[in-house]
Amino acid sequence: MKLHVNGKVHEVSADPDTPLLYVLRDDLGLNGAKYGCGLGQCGSCTVIVDGEAVFSCVAPVSALEGRKITTLEGLGTAEHPGPVQRAFIEEQAAQCGFCIPGMVMRATALLAKEPHADEASIRKALQPHLCRCGTHMRIIRAVKKAAKA
Amino acid sequence: MTRNWIPAYVGMTVAALAISACVSTDTSTQAVAAKASFDPSLVQRGAVLSAIGNCRSCHTSDNGKSFAGGVPLRTSFGTVYSTNITPDAQTGIGAWSEADFRRAMREGVDRAGRHLYPVFPYDHFTHVTDEDDRAIYAYLMTRPAVHAKAPANELAFPFNIRAAIAIWKARYFKPGPKHYATRGEYLVDGLGHCGSCHTPRNLAGAEKSGQALDGGEAEGWHAYAINEKSQSPTPWTVEAMTGYLKRGYHAEHGISRGPMAAVTDELADVPEPELREMASYLVALMASAPKRTPTPPASLAGNGGAALYAAACASCHDDSQPLPFGGMALPLSMGVAGESPLNLLNVILYGLPPAAGSTGPVMPGFDGALSDAQILELAAWMRARFTRNGPWPDLEGALRKARKHGAEGSRYAAGGNGMDPASIEEKR
Repeated sequence: MKLHVNGKVHEVSADPDTPLLYVLRDDLGLNGAKYGCGLGQCGSCTVIVDGEAVFSCVAPVSALEGRKITTLEGLGTAEHPGPVQRAFIEEQAAQCGFCIPGMVMRATALLAKEPHADEASIRKALQPHLCRCGTHMRIIRAVKKAAKA
Repeated sequence: MTRNWIPAYVGMTVAALAISACVSTDTSTQAVAAKASFDPSLVQRGAVLSAIGNCRSCHTSDNGKSFAGGVPLRTSFGTVYSTNITPDAQTGIGAWSEADFRRAMREGVDRAGRHLYPVFPYDHFTHVTDEDDRAIYAYLMTRPAVHAKAPANELAFPFNIRAAIAIWKARYFKPGPKHYATRGEYLVDGLGHCGSCHTPRNLAGAEKSGQALDGGEAEGWHAYAINEKSQSPTPWTVEAMTGYLKRGYHAEHGISRGPMAAVTDELADVPEPELREMASYLVALMASAPKRTPTPPASLAGNGGAALYAAACASCHDDSQPLPFGGMALPLSMGVAGESPLNLLNVILYGLPPAAGSTGPVMPGFDGALSDAQILELAAWMRARFTRNGPWPDLEGALRKARKHGAEGSRYAAGGNGMDPASIEEKR
């Protein structure tokens, strides 16, 4: 099947009931999205599909043919980070980093809809995401920074 | 003799004025007891009765103070805002006597003598006994007074003319109180006003007579039939129903969401024997159901729902963990077996976030992850695969309805209705 990821079309051979997360990591080598729970409870697998933040661990790949998928790798590179990634770097908003790609994706989807989202909106948007290291305050500062930019 | 008629006339006038003051329909001269004078055990009983009657849900707005009103109640005639029933003298019921309160409950008339919109379910509250009205009054009059005026109702002509309600009442409202065979029936039909959601309504917005508890709708969610027409795959027992009402879920039946979440949040504070009475009545109604013959399922040819279910749902729902640790076992779920697919679609679209500030089950929403066509496919697949109830007649229409209620649906997807933390504290 054909998957549209980060602006490129990939020909992928996978069972229709494979969650997108497995295809991204195992078939396409895009390791930004992480397996945290496999249940849609932690947010670390979050990607963007047609502008909406989606848990890729519970997104059947058969449902996503022809839809525009964006992963962390599509937002920028280490040399040229995107605006949300830059804000996270400037605020040093990461400890172990496991939750961060999901946080960045959700924040990106939010700011595309609400470019100047306030703290209440940011907190509401990030509510489904878990961070075990306790980086929450830096993450919020980073998203606020990206919102003001 | 001619000089004596002046004092006599003055005397009669004074007497007439005195008499007319006593029979005045303006009850403001009747004494309103001071807070401290209410007997604590009466107040406590009132708290329990108020939880069964669920005053809080309709009279407390999101992030608002308890009982201060301002909740928009949308009807097909427009929006009516709930009033402030805290003991504030200017904006609440602080100046209301017990008789005023009882008249509102019994007759649907406020202190000034105006008809109340039947969105306040006095068609049920009319059956609440004088004793229970007294206790509820004592409870409400001892709550913190909040100065808050409800927004003006948004009703088009002629519905904005309160006097017109008299016509509705003449046709559809019969003041009580009725006498019931069991306490359970009294709590369900009177104070609990379950029929307000669980009974279908006619075009005039009145409950259809002869169809009590046959199933109805509330705020974008379907309220299932809870009488002999119940479609529950597993027959309810009194124990199960009591537990469901108390805890807000049952591993073999489902989870209380939508406006029912606010109901079970309140019932959590009601002593179990009262809930058991209500459960006994409802289970007895359900037990009189005729034996159901299975209906053949729709064909699943061309339906890709199996793959969607395996990837999107199975990791939680085919887990061996029962509620609330794992997803509901869907063959047992009312969402899939029920007469309407609306609740299932609400949950697929918007998920089940936990209530703000409390722990609870978390189901992600799939709006955005799955397209409409895929959601319809998935719902049809689950119906055919997990039930013997035959296909739903209008899945597309139900999905349109679920989308129309959008944000409101997700407001109720969370348990509770976003009450301010202070009022949650005072409940405890």
